[in-house]
Amino acid sequence: MSNEGKMDCGRRRLIVATAAVGGAGALAVLVPFVSTMLPSERAKAAGAPVEVDISKLEPGQMVTVEWRGKPVWIINRTQAMLDTLPQLDGEVADPKSERKQQPEYCTNEHRSIKPEIMVAVGICTHLGCSPTHKFKSGAEEGMTAEWKGGFLCPCHGSTFDLAGRVFKAKPAPTNLEVPPHMYLSDTRILIGEDKKGA
Amino acid sequence: MAANTNFEKYKSDGSLAGNVLEWVDARFPATAMWKGHLSEYYAPKNFNFWYFFGSLALLVLVIQIVTGIFLVMHYKPDASLNAAGIPVAFASVEYIMRDVPWGWLVRYMHSTGASAFFIVVYLHMFRGLLYGSYRQPRELIWVFGVLIFLMLMAEAFFGYLLPWGQMSFWGAQVIVNLFGAIPLIGEPLSIWVRGDFVIGDATLNRFFSFHVIAIPLVLIGLVAAHILALHEVGSNNPDGVEIKKHKDEKGIPLDGIPFHPYYTVKDIVGVVVFLMVFSLVLFFAPEGGGYFLEYNNFFPADPLKTPPHIAPVWYFTPYYSVLRAMVWNFFGLDAKFWGVVGMGASVVVFAFLPWLDRSPVKSIRYRGPIFKSFLTIFVICFFILGYLGTQPPSFWGEKISQVCTVLYFAFFLLMPWYSKIDKYKPEPERVTWK
Repeated sequence: MSNEGKMDCGRRRLIVATAAVGGAGALAVLVPFVSTMLPSERAKAAGAPVEVDISKLEPGQMVTVEWRGKPVWIINRTQAMLDTLPQLDGEVADPKSERKQQPEYCTNEHRSIKPEIMVAVGICTHLGCSPTHKFKSGAEEGMTAEWKGGFLCPCHGSTFDLAGRVFKAKPAPTNLEVPPHMYLSDTRILIGEDKKGA
Repeated sequence: MAANTNFEKYKSDGSLAGNVLEWVDARFPATAMWKGHLSEYYAPKNFNFWYFFGSLALLVLVIQIVTGIFLVMHYKPDASLNAAGIPVAFASVEYIMRDVPWGWLVRYMHSTGASAFFIVVYLHMFRGLLYGSYRQPRELIWVFGVLIFLMLMAEAFFGYLLPWGQMSFWGAQVIVNLFGAIPLIGEPLSIWVRGDFVIGDATLNRFFSFHVIAIPLVLIGLVAAHILALHEVGSNNPDGVEIKKHKDEKGIPLDGIPFHPYYTVKDIVGVVVFLMVFSLVLFFAPEGGGYFLEYNNFFPADPLKTPPHIAPVWYFTPYYSVLRAMVWNFFGLDAKFWGVVGMGASVVVFAFLPWLDRSPVKSIRYRGPIFKSFLTIFVICFFILGYLGTQPPSFWGEKISQVCTVLYFAFFLLMPWYSKIDKYKPEPERVTWK
């Protein structure tokens, strides 16, 4: 080479430009690969509302149905169960349900459309385990003596009352989610769809 | 001994085998690799019991790869229900256990191998702590090792979903939801990882892909880098002194012996003892008392019902306890986020050891009482955290795990201070050896 020791600035610029274009291409090709891991169209389409007949749900009973792959609880609360809710206002983290974990029409003291019928997604807001129901009082359920009935998450010990409100100083940050739902008739609930403010 | 690349090419003795080797060696560094990594790689002559676990980790890696290849021939990553109402993936594992000839053996080798891998790797890491193997000039060997450990945890986690049992499902549910704790990007990130809004078929298939292709490839690459870096700087030893300081006229360390045949033969003893123990577990206690294979995982995954008590497999429980120990909100961020940060930090903090340790000596043999106390407390805390992680949450469990978490991190974060002020004994010039 005649120009040994000297840098050919034109070639250097071409190398830099080529590397930059090639790098941009390599980055762009990440987009399709990363995108393949997003929920597919089929996964997005699955999630139709679920209709539940609650005519056979006796007071004090609970039924679990599957909606979008998640457990949804429907609990027919007795008057005694409902009476525990105001007593616990001081012990739960968000007594007035101020954080948006329920539709507008369930932002009330019992977190439901009908006072006795609780509908909630049975997934702990901490890390997604499904809490176990502990409806009876303390000793019978292996809970503390003050336990008035509710739910215990087996994974990290979060506890919820009978309206799905999380107790203070527990790992779960928010109350259980109340899904959008509506009454088709007195005993048939549609979960996953609502008429706003129904 | 540095991997020397200036070995002479093989000269044939005129025999057919000799001619073949000469032909190959002219075209491929066969002799150079053999000599550089085995027959002329000089390792300190004072290796003890603790030095078995590196080669044993390699052995378990081979066991896992070979058994894995055969399991994939029968396993189906499919979450849909079969005619009997059982998820196909779960049923295919039962099929391997019952109907595939010797399938039970291969599957138990793989599941026992997973726990054996962690036992061996934990002992291998502990060796590093004892003798300061992470210290200069071996920082990069240690960092590669921490990356191997991280990949191993990922591999174990992805593999654990595949049998699609109750623990598989709910374990994955909890861990993937951890990503949801990251502010702003958390929720979309966890959906991206799952490929769905819940753990499902999409998740099972991608975890299968990660478990059998992506992570093993990275793992093998890192293992190669770990060994290459080791052979570049040479092995540490129980005295923590550099054997390269004293060489003979040929440049061979006076306290070094060729890895082959001396340590290949010695390691065979380790392999035999290891395989005896491994076989005992394999044939007489493949479930490891519910610790190697959790009993709840014999129930097919049910997205509607979490088992009353869920706990990760034993090798994850110390970090899981750190996660559970974080119950306070700081700086406007949920405790759940700090739990994730604590869990991540408890693993990643190992990578910083080479720069945290300021002691003038490497080996525990010449360290003072402060380091020994901190190390002892660290090990005890590691076991307590591990035990608590297998237990249901409780009031005292939480308090004890919080204390142990603080002590766990104190071992690392206070090290720049206590390793400097600690007393120490002078290191010998040459390795001590009987």
